[in-house]
Amino acid sequence: MNAYVGTPTSRVDGRAKVTGAAKYAGEFPADGLVHGFIVEATIPRGRIARLDTSAALKVNGVLDVLTHANRPPLAGNDEAWKDEVAPEKGSPFRPLYDDTIKFSGQPIALVVAEDWETAKFAATLVRVEYKPSSFATDLEGERSSAAEMDKPLKPRGNAAAALARAAVRHEADYVIPTEHHNPMELFATTAVWDGGGKLTVYDKTQGVQNVHKFLCAVFGKKPDDIRVVSPYVGGAFGSGLRPQHQVVLATLAALALKRSVRVVLTRQQMYGLGYRPMTIERVGLGAKSDGTLDAVTHEAIAITSRYEDFARNDTGWAEQLYKSPNSRFSHKLVHLDVATPCDMRAPGAASGVCALECAMDELAVALKLDPIELRLNCYSDRDQSENLPYTSKQLRECYARGAEAFGWSRRNPAPRSMHDNHELVGWGMATGVWEALQMPVAVRIALTSNGHAEVSCAASDIGTGTYTVVAQVAADALGLPIENISVRLADSTLPQAPVEGGSWMAASSAHAVLAAAEEVRKELLSLAGKMPGSPLANAELADTVLIDGNIAGISDHSRAVSIADAMRHGNIERIAKEKLNHFDEDKKHARNTHSAVFAEVKIDEQLGVIRVTRIVSAVAAGRILNTKTGRSQIMGGVVWGIGMALHEETVMDHRFGRIMNANIAEYHIPVNADVHDIDVIFVDEPDAHINKLGVKGLGEIGIVGVPAAIANAVYHATGKRIRRFPITLDKLLG
Amino acid sequence: MAEAAHQIAERIPINLVVNGVGRTLNLVPWTTLLDALRDHLALTGTKKGCDHGQCGACTVLVDGRRVNSCLTLAVMMDGAEVTTVEGLASDGTLHPLQQAFIDQDAFQCGYCTSGQICSAAGLLAEGHARDAGEIRELMSGNLCRCGAYPNIVAAIQQAMGRP
Repeated sequence: MNAYVGTPTSRVDGRAKVTGAAKYAGEFPADGLVHGFIVEATIPRGRIARLDTSAALKVNGVLDVLTHANRPPLAGNDEAWKDEVAPEKGSPFRPLYDDTIKFSGQPIALVVAEDWETAKFAATLVRVEYKPSSFATDLEGERSSAAEMDKPLKPRGNAAAALARAAVRHEADYVIPTEHHNPMELFATTAVWDGGGKLTVYDKTQGVQNVHKFLCAVFGKKPDDIRVVSPYVGGAFGSGLRPQHQVVLATLAALALKRSVRVVLTRQQMYGLGYRPMTIERVGLGAKSDGTLDAVTHEAIAITSRYEDFARNDTGWAEQLYKSPNSRFSHKLVHLDVATPCDMRAPGAASGVCALECAMDELAVALKLDPIELRLNCYSDRDQSENLPYTSKQLRECYARGAEAFGWSRRNPAPRSMHDNHELVGWGMATGVWEALQMPVAVRIALTSNGHAEVSCAASDIGTGTYTVVAQVAADALGLPIENISVRLADSTLPQAPVEGGSWMAASSAHAVLAAAEEVRKELLSLAGKMPGSPLANAELADTVLIDGNIAGISDHSRAVSIADAMRHGNIERIAKEKLNHFDEDKKHARNTHSAVFAEVKIDEQLGVIRVTRIVSAVAAGRILNTKTGRSQIMGGVVWGIGMALHEETVMDHRFGRIMNANIAEYHIPVNADVHDIDVIFVDEPDAHINKLGVKGLGEIGIVGVPAAIANAVYHATGKRIRRFPITLDKLLG
Repeated sequence: MAEAAHQIAERIPINLVVNGVGRTLNLVPWTTLLDALRDHLALTGTKKGCDHGQCGACTVLVDGRRVNSCLTLAVMMDGAEVTTVEGLASDGTLHPLQQAFIDQDAFQCGYCTSGQICSAAGLLAEGHARDAGEIRELMSGNLCRCGAYPNIVAAIQQAMGRP
């Protein structure tokens, strides 16, 4: 029954991706397709005084220049612009809505031309005059204006008093810079004019139904007027959760011109989208002399825009990880003249746990304890905030297996004590934690009598492997070879799915497949049971299984009727069943994934060059549906962690409120030569509570803890504690 | 500004041999080889990730050498033989690199993959990379945001027939 689940099955969409056949949003052809190019604001706050498009309009091949002054109607109420994952509080940005400038890089005009080169050239001819207003973009400069979010975690005990009386205390600010997702694919939309005001919209998105609902609301369309499709997504990491500028502009232009329109952002323009917000993380830890925690405080001060309150859980993770009788958390926002931040891989946790885990390392040094020992001293078997046990938590095993694979016992704890020729060697570790979320998802299975099944769902595969895990689970549940399963995803007309994010899609889609497959089996049993002399005449549904192309007794597979025979007897060619799966509400358990991350760095102190030569990531995330793609996902998260530790930073010139490194030569992400050995260990973690398959999800947990493990290794190598990320060579030399 | 500056230049005829097939295009002179392939020949397997030669997603083989097609003007390539990811498999059999990328799970989203594979094909032809360290160094012009680098190295080693 488990021929595929739990195995290293290769990606079912692999062939399409290695041959160039996989089509992404900006690659779908259309008759008479025209191209839009965006003109952006160059000031962070003010109004457009004058927008002169006459020179652009004179260029041969230019069809129109859309601005706030001449655009077709757009919804005028915030509710229409609030997509499924928009912040609760605020008024979402509306491209080309009016003359207001809210952030530098904001789209203010769209030049539409017969070809892309012409549109791009003509966009340079649009002249803009502004009425600028005073602005602020510097979080640290505006720190005093930080305002508390309304929903902090409830405090326990008296953290301030406990911190004041602590035998050993550590308090520090850790600064996480703004980071941009930079998926390799440029954000793109091809809005295909189907006639009569109807559109097929190929969009780069993590949620086709989110975009569909949003476009219908913004443009006042009926659900049947717009279809959103996104079969392949060239990475997103959270940047495609909310509908982005280009989908609004392409749709707007298609409706204005009654033609098919493509809009592709440039790499530079993608820095006008959402980002991981710069955050000052202030962590306070108070320990008793026996090396246990008595107080935890964590305050985050993060950037948001002036028009929306974006905030994620940076600070509450200590409640999951470390026993302490006293704790206090707060999350504050500073409103600046920038675009609204958005979710970026492990939002909240990547930043907050980075600070917490660096602070734990500093506390371990102060206590003269091994950092693992400190963590085991205050290991929490309960989520302290909710006072709940976990559905499963094999974090102890992660520490043990990771330490063993890494060789942690050979570590000399003294900083600057380990060398490899001229290089200093540092070994550091950290804990990772993320939520194990699951959402309602519907799946349709259409089984044909030749033993082929089409499995369809609106969910996206952003490179995470959804196509593959859906195919694996369906093949096992239907008892068919995986080659007989075809998977259709990411079309808004397919069965319901939320956005692809939060690490919830593997568990959510897998259980929807199981639910739909059970409906198929029910139908097959009813057909098979009616056959003359059927071996399954009186069988209960729970006593049957689909296996090897048959419906059979669960304990005796020889009591079987072939799927083909059952369908032939029932005189049907096809069984199509759709089922919406809901997970049982479980208020008695906390649900999390965990990891222990070990990092080795080698540092040439004279040059300040830092290399991450080894990472061991031991992950406890329930049952792993696909050990090949799962390992890759964790590895990818680790690479992101290397970037966060050493490379990534969006740099703003606060005199102009503009990003200075809006490209991927100066915004550094890890390249091949930056990445060495990465060892991913999946710790066995049976989970009988979370869901039928015991699956948790892997998208985020891979990054959490990695930046701290590297920072702690840098301290161990050099004796220098860098608390302002990324750890670049100038900070080490300084 | 003079009116003439606002007019698009004359189109120029260009002959290319793309994946073994002769193609003639009439292009404005600033059209890159990348846009010629994607927008004018509908060969969208070659990807645009930055348009500035920073990411390598647009890597193709020109007369057997790997180049960033976004930094290459099509008019400069008149008469050249261009191989894109669509031209690597023959008669439905994947190129050893393509198969190795699947076997080693050397991609996730797939967007950098065409460039990685073409770049790796160029790398193998160059014959400079002997071990994992050299592969890493010589493949560092091709960014992968999903972070599949160790698997990309393993795939290239598989195709080289070397551990």
